[in-house]
Amino acid sequence: MNKNGKSVVSYNKWGYIFLIPFLAVFVVFQLIPLISTISNSFFEHYFSGMKEIGPKFIGIENYKKLFSEGDIWQYFGNTMIMWIMGFVPQIVVSLLFAAWFSDPSLRLKGQRFFKTVIYLPNLIMASAFAMLFFTLFANTGPINSILVGIGIFDEPFSFMSDKTSVRTLVAMMNFLMWFGNTTILLLAGMMGIDTSLFEAAEVDGATPRQIFWRITLPILQPILIYVMVTSLIGGLQMFDVPQILTNGTGDPMRSSMTLIMFLNKHLYSKNYGMGGALSVFLFIITGILSVVVFRFSGNQDKYGKA
Amino acid sequence: MDMQVTTLNEKKKGGVKQRRIICYIVLGLASFLCLFWFYILFINTTRSHSELSSGFTPIPSTHLITNMTNLFHGTQPVLKGMLNSLTVSALNCLVCVYFSAMTAYAIHAYEFKFKKALFTMILAIMMIPTQVTALGFIQLITKMNLMDSFVPLIVPAAASPIVFFYIKQYMESTLPMELLEAARIDGAGEVRIFNGIVLPLMVPAMAVQAIFSFVGCWNNYFTPALVLSSESKKTLPILIATLRGADFLKFDMGQVYAMISFSIFPVIIVYLILSKYIVGGLAAGSVKG
Repeated sequence: MNKNGKSVVSYNKWGYIFLIPFLAVFVVFQLIPLISTISNSFFEHYFSGMKEIGPKFIGIENYKKLFSEGDIWQYFGNTMIMWIMGFVPQIVVSLLFAAWFSDPSLRLKGQRFFKTVIYLPNLIMASAFAMLFFTLFANTGPINSILVGIGIFDEPFSFMSDKTSVRTLVAMMNFLMWFGNTTILLLAGMMGIDTSLFEAAEVDGATPRQIFWRITLPILQPILIYVMVTSLIGGLQMFDVPQILTNGTGDPMRSSMTLIMFLNKHLYSKNYGMGGALSVFLFIITGILSVVVFRFSGNQDKYGKA
Repeated sequence: MDMQVTTLNEKKKGGVKQRRIICYIVLGLASFLCLFWFYILFINTTRSHSELSSGFTPIPSTHLITNMTNLFHGTQPVLKGMLNSLTVSALNCLVCVYFSAMTAYAIHAYEFKFKKALFTMILAIMMIPTQVTALGFIQLITKMNLMDSFVPLIVPAAASPIVFFYIKQYMESTLPMELLEAARIDGAGEVRIFNGIVLPLMVPAMAVQAIFSFVGCWNNYFTPALVLSSESKKTLPILIATLRGADFLKFDMGQVYAMISFSIFPVIIVYLILSKYIVGGLAAGSVKG
């Protein structure tokens, strides 16, 4: 690029011109909303019935209220529990599948088919998927009908009124939606590893298990961290699935209410002050996590194009 | 020592066969777990309300057409909803790939002040989730009088850092600067060069990203639910949420399943047709979260 610098000089202004749409849209629809969200968090501003209270500057009172009320910690806990319940099986299964797909000694047939099938749930509309699970797991739904039919339960189990089963359903949907995606990412990383390493290990008599733990995993460490942190950022944004599954209530006893569902509530009730504080809280957490991703994405190209 | 090696090798040969069988069984189970739900959905969409209330059977019935016609003539504007979803997603994805390619081209092909800083900034904003700016976004579009309109669901797509980054990487490996020089010598203007020469070369990368942004927009529930309020503008995910909010057990269950099918199966069919590009594109663009 630089060696052509001389002849490009006179066209330089076009660089700015072509950037205008991106920058204009970014400033108007992202930067200004971000700034006004932050400034909202320092004002008392909400609606009580039809009556508008504020806006009145109150400093960090919204934050104090947000963190002292304790709801946010419960919802943060819910979000994390459901994320972990989905993520742990997701990373284990994805690693296993990626290792199998990339193992030359296994020569698995039908890889295209398996990859296509396990990636499929990722493209399904999360809200429709949640609605489907709600219907299937209803007291009168087909899952209960099957489970009673084959004698696992004596009577229909009320999946939607048990804390653990609702969380498990959310985690299971998240698992189903993301393990195919993660498998393909990890597979790309594994295919990028120099095969002579495996061959050398095999000649030395290493078992597939040893090769996996001693060679594959250490080399994959950066991509694993990348996958984990981006998944965590995605997990913090968990919304569609629990929102539709529980009809926005996060029941039973708000045990499946996530942070974004909480934010969504504030947005609907126009509680701008508290909504702003919650947004800033999420923004800061995501920011910290993004820095972590950034530090590891320097290695991105190496496995990105494998 | 020698004997040890041979026994190891023999063990390994038998082991590979065993391991392969285990792999197929586990992969088969995973595939089953992915497809099972959609299978029940399909079966139940073909069954009438009374058949559905008498318990589950794995064999399809004959009421598929009836359920679908009932759905189209029911209270929910599903056809309009699908049309709205199609319109918003198609325009969103066009805006997204066109302007992302333009931004990538600006950063790739020109030398100017602050270029590095701008590039870093675009990467830095990559991770900001739309939810954290939603509050300010809603206030802003209320002031701009754009509530209950498709504009706030389409125009913001012009600033999509992830798509930009993907196309920029593709550009680096496929767009020779000499080609641009030659076009300039032939007297082509910069806009013409971009639209006539650069865009056609970027089609493979843009197509992959177009699929992802289309699907992302098609499935999006959070923002449209905040922006759209009138019945005639609602997109499919909002209609699904409405269905969930209604006391649905009083409904004709055949119609409920038909509604879910209506939002899921078109995507599955398109996916199966395009799966080669989707799964391949995914591996190539592993920056995607």
